[in-house]
Amino acid sequence: MKPRETFYDVMRRQGITRRSFMKYCSLTASALGLGPAFVPKIAHAMETKPRTPVIWLHGLECTCCSESFIRSAHPLVKDVVLSMISLDYDDTLMAAAGHAAERALEETIEQYRGNYILAVEGNPPLNEDGMFCITGGKPFVEKLRHAAKDAKAIISWGACASYGCVQAAYPNPTQATPVHKVITDKPIIKVPGCPPIAEVMTGVITYMLTFDRLPELDRQGRPAMFYGQRIHDKCYRRPHFDAGQFVEAWDDENARKGYCLYKMGCKGPTTYNACSTIRWNEGVSFPIQSGHGCIGCSEDGFWDQGSFYDRVTDLTQFGVESNADKIGMTAAAGVGGAVALHAAVSALKAAQRKTQNDVSEEA
Amino acid sequence: MVVQTPNGFELDNSGRRIVVDPVTRIEGHMRCEVNVDENGVIRNAVSTGTMWRGLEVILKGRDPRDAWAFTERICGVCTGTHALTSVRAVEDALGITIPDNANSIRNIMQLNLQIHDHIVHFYHLHALDWVNPVNALRADPKATSELQQTVGPNHPLSSPGYFRDVQNRLKQFVESGQLGLFKNGYWDNPAYRLPPEADLMAVTHYLEALDLQREVVKIHTIFGGKNPHPNWLVGGVPCPINMHSTGAVGAINMERLNQVSTIIQLCQDFVRNVYIPDVVAIGGFYRDWLYGGGLSSQAVLAYGDIPEHANNFDADQLHLPRGAIINGNLDEVHDVDVRDPEQIQEFVDHSWYDYGEPGRGLHPWDGVTEARFELGANTVGSRTNIENIDEAAKYSWIKAPRWRGHAMEVGPLARYIIGYAKGHDQITDQIKGLLRTMDLPVEALFSTLGRTAARALEAEYCADLQRYFFDKLVTNIRNGDESTANIEKWEPSSWPKQARGVGMTEAPRGALGHWVSIADGRIENYQCVVPTTWNGSPRDAKGNIGAFEASLMNTPMERPDEPVEILRTLHSFDPCLACSTHVMSPDGDELTTVKVR
Repeated sequence: MKPRETFYDVMRRQGITRRSFMKYCSLTASALGLGPAFVPKIAHAMETKPRTPVIWLHGLECTCCSESFIRSAHPLVKDVVLSMISLDYDDTLMAAAGHAAERALEETIEQYRGNYILAVEGNPPLNEDGMFCITGGKPFVEKLRHAAKDAKAIISWGACASYGCVQAAYPNPTQATPVHKVITDKPIIKVPGCPPIAEVMTGVITYMLTFDRLPELDRQGRPAMFYGQRIHDKCYRRPHFDAGQFVEAWDDENARKGYCLYKMGCKGPTTYNACSTIRWNEGVSFPIQSGHGCIGCSEDGFWDQGSFYDRVTDLTQFGVESNADKIGMTAAAGVGGAVALHAAVSALKAAQRKTQNDVSEEA
Repeated sequence: MVVQTPNGFELDNSGRRIVVDPVTRIEGHMRCEVNVDENGVIRNAVSTGTMWRGLEVILKGRDPRDAWAFTERICGVCTGTHALTSVRAVEDALGITIPDNANSIRNIMQLNLQIHDHIVHFYHLHALDWVNPVNALRADPKATSELQQTVGPNHPLSSPGYFRDVQNRLKQFVESGQLGLFKNGYWDNPAYRLPPEADLMAVTHYLEALDLQREVVKIHTIFGGKNPHPNWLVGGVPCPINMHSTGAVGAINMERLNQVSTIIQLCQDFVRNVYIPDVVAIGGFYRDWLYGGGLSSQAVLAYGDIPEHANNFDADQLHLPRGAIINGNLDEVHDVDVRDPEQIQEFVDHSWYDYGEPGRGLHPWDGVTEARFELGANTVGSRTNIENIDEAAKYSWIKAPRWRGHAMEVGPLARYIIGYAKGHDQITDQIKGLLRTMDLPVEALFSTLGRTAARALEAEYCADLQRYFFDKLVTNIRNGDESTANIEKWEPSSWPKQARGVGMTEAPRGALGHWVSIADGRIENYQCVVPTTWNGSPRDAKGNIGAFEASLMNTPMERPDEPVEILRTLHSFDPCLACSTHVMSPDGDELTTVKVR
């Protein structure tokens, strides 16, 4: 086999100059919120790294995460798949099927033991011996455990893998279970959202390739760089909230002026995500900008928090910060067990830093 | 053993059994088993839906205004179509009418989904059944350029240098030894028939389409805030319109409309200059491979969609046709009434559910459902390690819906056959034009290739309709109407104590219906019958096979161990398994108390 080509090789081959390459690195650094000191680091990583093998599994899901992933504008998904990672198994996109597909999975595990990233979309159902999701004649949960065993790290794509999402909403008839409750001995990065923003997905992967480590995670296991702040914190309609200017009914005068959607049930004040900053589909819009409140799709159990049109009630207009943090803390307490397990993994331990300032380390 | 099915197929399961699991490049999880005779011809086909999520159970007791968000998560590929079906069902139940602008915006979003889904399906899920990327390495870029300029002269990306660059990139990729998604493909199988130049052109467009599709969906982002899973609203659409006044930047304004218009043009150009020419060019090399027709020549169904006027779902007011054809009689298109308990019924004799008595069929209003995962006596393997499934018993998480007892095919081909049979102007013109270009008789439609071609034609029609409804929206706004939502019945206090309704759409994959009943402001029962439930249906009590199974029958395989032909035909339906699997009660209770009128 020839030596594997690096990002830099690929970019040069595309006719990209050294100068443009360095510009790309600096853009990447700023996109990730990193200072200019990181530019040479990124450049070095891109010059020396072969493509990292990725196994992408699908459990109970709707495939919105894959659909979101292919929407990535920077980097383009074709560049991710052709030049940055080696997507060696992904049943939604791969050419082979059946035995040939299963062989691809086994070969990848065998060849890259301990060195591949396992990306999981969807989750395993545990009821009915796991047979609510069958693949290769067996319960999906077996395949998940098998592929996780030799993975370097796991990415839990979206709300399904991170928290359970819609099939785990009450009464969770299949006992759909998030990945971290089944796999407890590997570092897991949760990238929640239904789906996550495309550029957040590729941003997480690019970060891992560039710095050869996991991104800094918050206490729920989410990359702090993208999930560290509430949508409300950076919402362009925030001044209307502060000024007490609210939409009172759909399509009213205030809606047409783009006032705050808080009274229409917007969950922006309690939702940690990057929608109001990175926005969606190359920054074209995000739910609030298009007139509908945030439904909180990147929060644990958002399906069971009442109607999407119920006002967030324990949020006083001028005491937003402390109340919203209480909500964040309650959510964090629920995953305490999982966090403890993660902490045992040294690679992850370094990344465990508090990111929600008001929440104490012991929560 | 040889069995004759009532719908005209001869099943023989005595030959060698071939298993394909997972069936890849679909949405969700699916298994397929076939028996081939000594000549490698498929003589028995068994398709199994291998996942179930239970969304309809989860919907019970919820606020009906929230249902769109739950049902939208049935599928992230046909994102939005379940949401639209859901808001229509709730509006139907509560007697809510929507403004004209909301109808135009919803239509634009639904058409946008059709176009996006058809393009992504053809290039990213289906193309590798016809196109061999490894063979593209042998292509002459100059000859590829000539081919491009012949089949798609209006597409600007056509120079020899352009194709050489793509080929070089592909070469480096292959030579890296990390084949990624192409790993373990069937690249030396003679079922692939394209010359290297056509392969290179198609692989190039695979990459172009990957870039294009992320532009296409921005229409959803503008009106719905994001894609996948844009936001919807019972009573209209959530995005307000403000063309003239202060604060217009917080609403649909001139800049937003201009962006929508630009994307509509992009859709029209790509479909006309790339997608259709590719289907014609690729199809030309497979024009005698006319297998896979299955049920399409005898039983097809469509509910119709894209209403011209808000709140009017009469068949003659829909741009996508409604109707049912049975017994292969194209001279008679039956009207379809989704409320009629005699028309649509679901059976579970071969599905992992229990209706209490064999052979019982229930209309969605009446959906009693109870899960029963059990395998037949002739299963090879165990309960959690199925090697060969026993189709004489229960064998799928998909129910078997029937229209007046008939197994039906739904989807673009079904819509186009019905449109053709009804003499729908644009559809008839498109079909005749394509057949003339390819020099094929109308019977060629009833095939895997026909299904794939109908999807491309439909993308073209939908792209033009997208423009039509954009113009209609702008005209209406210019006439002074900026309304996008009707909130008269937003508050549950304004609702009747009991209500029930039906929503229908034509999803990219076919006829989609949601049936909702509401009591005391809450969802009492919710049932979805989705396209892949129709197409992926297992056998029913009488032994009728479903559309997937029928389509595989009598297809010769070049190499039975390499399921290229099976994948080609199954993919031509664009299967969506997350959509197709049905409802149960966790404790086995009856899920509905609603009685048929």
